[in-house]
Amino acid sequence: MSGLAGVRFWRETKSRYNLTGNRCGVCGTVFFPPRPVCTRCHRESIGRMEEHKLKGTGEVLTWTFVHEPRPGFEIQVPYILAMVRLDEGPALLAQMVDCGPGEVRIGTRVHSVFRKIGEEGKSGVIYYGYKFVPD
Amino acid sequence: MVVGIVSYGACIPRYRISSEDIARVWGQNPPLIGKQLGVFSKSVPSSDEDVVTLAVEAARTAMRRSPVAGDMVNAVYVGSESHPYAVKPTAGIVAEAIGATPNLTAADFEFACKAGTAAMQSCMGLVGSGMMDYGMAIGADTSQGAPGDALEYSASAGAAAILVGKKNLIATIEHTCSYTTDTPDFWRREGQIYPQHGGRFTGAPAYFKHILACGRDLMKAVSTGPGDYKYAIFHQPNGKFPLRVAEELGFKPEQVRPGLLAPEIGNTYSAAVPLGLAAVLDIAVPGDRIFVTAYGSGAGSDAFDITVVEAINSMDRTGPSAVRSMIERKVMIDYATYAKLRGKITMGGASR
Amino acid sequence: MVVGTGITPFGELWEHSLRDLGIRAGMEAIRDAGITSSDIDALFVGNMAAGRLIDQTHIGALIADFAGLAGRNLPTVTIEGADASGAAALHHAYLSVASGLHDCVVVGGAEKMTDLPDPEVTEITATALDQQWESFFGATLFSMYAMMARRHMHEFGTTREQLARVAVKNHRNGALNPAAQFRRPVRPESVLEAAEVADPLGMLDCAPISDGAAAVVLCSAERARRLPGPQVRIAASAQAGDTLSLSSRRSLVGFDATSVAMERALKLAGRSRKEVDFAEVHDVTTISEIMAIEDLGFVKKGAGGPATASGMTAPGGELPVNTSGGLKARGHPLGATGIAQIIELVLQLQGKAEERQVPEARVGLAHNVGGCGATAFVHILEVA
Repeated sequence: MSGLAGVRFWRETKSRYNLTGNRCGVCGTVFFPPRPVCTRCHRESIGRMEEHKLKGTGEVLTWTFVHEPRPGFEIQVPYILAMVRLDEGPALLAQMVDCGPGEVRIGTRVHSVFRKIGEEGKSGVIYYGYKFVPD
Repeated sequence: MVVGIVSYGACIPRYRISSEDIARVWGQNPPLIGKQLGVFSKSVPSSDEDVVTLAVEAARTAMRRSPVAGDMVNAVYVGSESHPYAVKPTAGIVAEAIGATPNLTAADFEFACKAGTAAMQSCMGLVGSGMMDYGMAIGADTSQGAPGDALEYSASAGAAAILVGKKNLIATIEHTCSYTTDTPDFWRREGQIYPQHGGRFTGAPAYFKHILACGRDLMKAVSTGPGDYKYAIFHQPNGKFPLRVAEELGFKPEQVRPGLLAPEIGNTYSAAVPLGLAAVLDIAVPGDRIFVTAYGSGAGSDAFDITVVEAINSMDRTGPSAVRSMIERKVMIDYATYAKLRGKITMGGASR
Repeated sequence: MVVGTGITPFGELWEHSLRDLGIRAGMEAIRDAGITSSDIDALFVGNMAAGRLIDQTHIGALIADFAGLAGRNLPTVTIEGADASGAAALHHAYLSVASGLHDCVVVGGAEKMTDLPDPEVTEITATALDQQWESFFGATLFSMYAMMARRHMHEFGTTREQLARVAVKNHRNGALNPAAQFRRPVRPESVLEAAEVADPLGMLDCAPISDGAAAVVLCSAERARRLPGPQVRIAASAQAGDTLSLSSRRSLVGFDATSVAMERALKLAGRSRKEVDFAEVHDVTTISEIMAIEDLGFVKKGAGGPATASGMTAPGGELPVNTSGGLKARGHPLGATGIAQIIELVLQLQGKAEERQVPEARVGLAHNVGGCGATAFVHILEVA
């Protein structure tokens, strides 16, 4: 793990911390993470994508309890991953925290919180970002 | 120029461990320990919570309930003794997370349990001198006590943010003063995980001396007595000291209790007084006068004379953001889970 | 035309390196085809992750070298499409022969997954997902499929028991396959009680970590007529793609990439679905097979669970699926799977599948997916 691994994630800080996505200036579709080109308007949207901060509210589309973790996530096992449909339209994948197995259902309303996602070992950069909790 | 509080926010993690469970593991007296210390349970951060995340949540709540936009906050200071980085300020990450970057000054503060109030004083100076309109002061900690040590019962986690300004105030700060010395009552050397303390030396020559002196200085400066205040908030390393120092200064227990959270959540160090203040602001009404004296080992006290004003009634102080809700919203864990979450268990794999 | 095949056993092959495996499969395919090294115009290798698994990229060059072909300055290339790398390599090899550029090529798939501890392999397979917005948050390949399974169960009432039937069927088939990684049947109870991986999927719902290699020789129809080995025509080699992240997809219960690739393949082959006699599909998890038979259009969306439970895809059923044992039982060396599927089709179409033989097999289909559905290939093979 090099000292520069943090740089790859630093570029997306605005999106990771503040759920900043973007919006097509032509058709109004909201995207998260932000896209260079609108998936509907294609070429017409070039140069017309506007920064758009999402509220962080939405509902659970599906979820799972992960028992076999990715390295670095062992201490959180079992952790909940959920696909969340944000109110503005886009869906994203995130962990759900501060809830037990019975409290997550398809359709549960959720909102985002700021948490530690991981770190590059004990001496490396710490990654922060969004997770979701039930309303 | 009048300087005061524009908004505030708090964050207390959900997990709690009872003093009884800790005592059971270390062969101390489970039923007695809570009463002895005045601490019955303490807050424990989850594995994905740290001073940065707690500070961000508290700051975001303060921003959400205020008419102030992120880019109007020109200072962010975070006081803690458990910043995740020894070098790389928590304040910078918080600033990014509240949309205050890049036009602001930021830094991390350390002064044991009074780093949060020291941050408040700095913000007051920046605002009061006309250098800026709004500054955010945060006290946040995820402090650790050595296993089996007396401090393990109380060292806990929490954060509170105070947005300081001169416009849109919900409370004015009439006066602040401090009392600072070089006193070796409690310290932690660089690189050490757990602090050390001077046992009973942390009482009279440390906590009591500074709070008494500073508190009296404050009341002298503004010509008040204990009876002028509705509430009195003191640093709370346990549930006993604040009541005792209050009594010595002439305050009554009813004035102290609303701001005394240690019995339920332990000592949140740099967040202790800010959280006590937040709890009081949640229930205060316009005209209430609040006496605050913080204490940080090493040692020093910061005192504040605060008066709540009319605008507090337009702030939403109910719901999940209220300090009382956060205290009630708890999940009890056992010592093994607590040890795992707090990294007290030596894990396998390469250590770097 | 596929004129020769070679495959190593799949499993935890401690004694063998990637180069050993690649060469063994390749040599066997060449021998089976009855050609010599001077007949080979190019080598295509499908490999997903040797760069991280064994710190080696440039696999095409590696295999050619150790197979003794570098002296002929053979053109080689490594092709990557996550765990559809095998089918991707086949697709490009097929294009090179169909275009007339080459006359006879070897295409192989190989992966060496056991030189690293399992947790690191989990991390590496997760690179087939969206690194920044999925893996970063703790997603693993199986956790993505687990979420699809849960949604599928919510929308269609699919049950864990139906998922287990996929595993039971494929392990029974694998028991009849001498090259399979797992050669013992499993009971439905074992699948349901197996250690959890990502709810609702357990250990036996998920494909294993495997080493292995597989290779085929392709040549033009003209050239094939003069050769002694198998003569199986590639009627269609089709691909379709979709968004990388599952969260950007239209559907959480199937892969559009599969359906579109299937339509393209049927059109290229000039065939209808009913004419397909059997199929090898991408059962990296049990839910994957259920979704695959739906997305390929063999049953309606949502009907995959009941169809499996009814025995439709079992040997002797209407459409035997994964007679080789599938990824589940035959094994899943990431880059090799796509080719291994083709080899099963060839064996069946030649009538050489012994106890696994699908009676009167004339048209077979292979379905290979990359990651969580961003890439899908459908190949249709038929007796020449």
